[in-house]
Amino acid sequence: MKLNMVYFARLKDSFGTGQESLETDATSVAELLVELRQRGGSWATELGHGKTFRVACNQELAGPDSALRDGDEVAIFPPVTGG
Amino acid sequence: MQPFTVRVQTGRFDTGAEIDRLSCNPACGAVVSFSGLVRDYGDRQDVAALELEHYPGMTEKALHTIIEQAGQRWQLQAATIIHRVGYLALGEPIVLVVTACSHRKDAFAAAEFLMDFLKTAAPFWKKEILQDGSAHWVEAKHSDQAAIGRWQ
Repeated sequence: MKLNMVYFARLKDSFGTGQESLETDATSVAELLVELRQRGGSWATELGHGKTFRVACNQELAGPDSALRDGDEVAIFPPVTGG
Repeated sequence: MQPFTVRVQTGRFDTGAEIDRLSCNPACGAVVSFSGLVRDYGDRQDVAALELEHYPGMTEKALHTIIEQAGQRWQLQAATIIHRVGYLALGEPIVLVVTACSHRKDAFAAAEFLMDFLKTAAPFWKKEILQDGSAHWVEAKHSDQAAIGRWQ
């Protein structure tokens, strides 16, 4: 299935991209993160254990167990700092 | 008049006009506003400007959700949240929250609640630009996370 990935702020800078279309077999956020970490480099570092980041699925905050479906918009970003 | 307004924009806002807009309901005896401005220090000294990024779509949803939650706790007759994004120079307004209620206690409390949750739940990110031209992303603060604890 295909996911529309979006990245923001520090993660966008580290990954060198703000969005991508990702072909994946991951069915949950946790599986997706395993796949992204396997890319190595900044993906492994930024999404590694002990790092704090947020994942949103279709613009709602998601947890590791959140299910993914074809066409979902999945965002990964650092903790927010607005206001 | 639409009582609950959320706007994300690059341009300046007119604080006085926004307060006036919520000051015309005869049932509201209290209107409270909070303005957040670009300050000259943050994670580092000598901050010259901020660059703000957000997640279009999710930001607006998150802000509406925060207002709905405030509306469930207090008699919130009207509320406005305006947040700017893009390049903001020193002293410029970043965020405006206005609440209108029958009584001041509700209006003060709701305004604080909106700001506390905006800072922890709305997808905005600040980058500090220093006088020497260098820039870095601002780190999330534990104190902001702790601030929402008092509303639970």
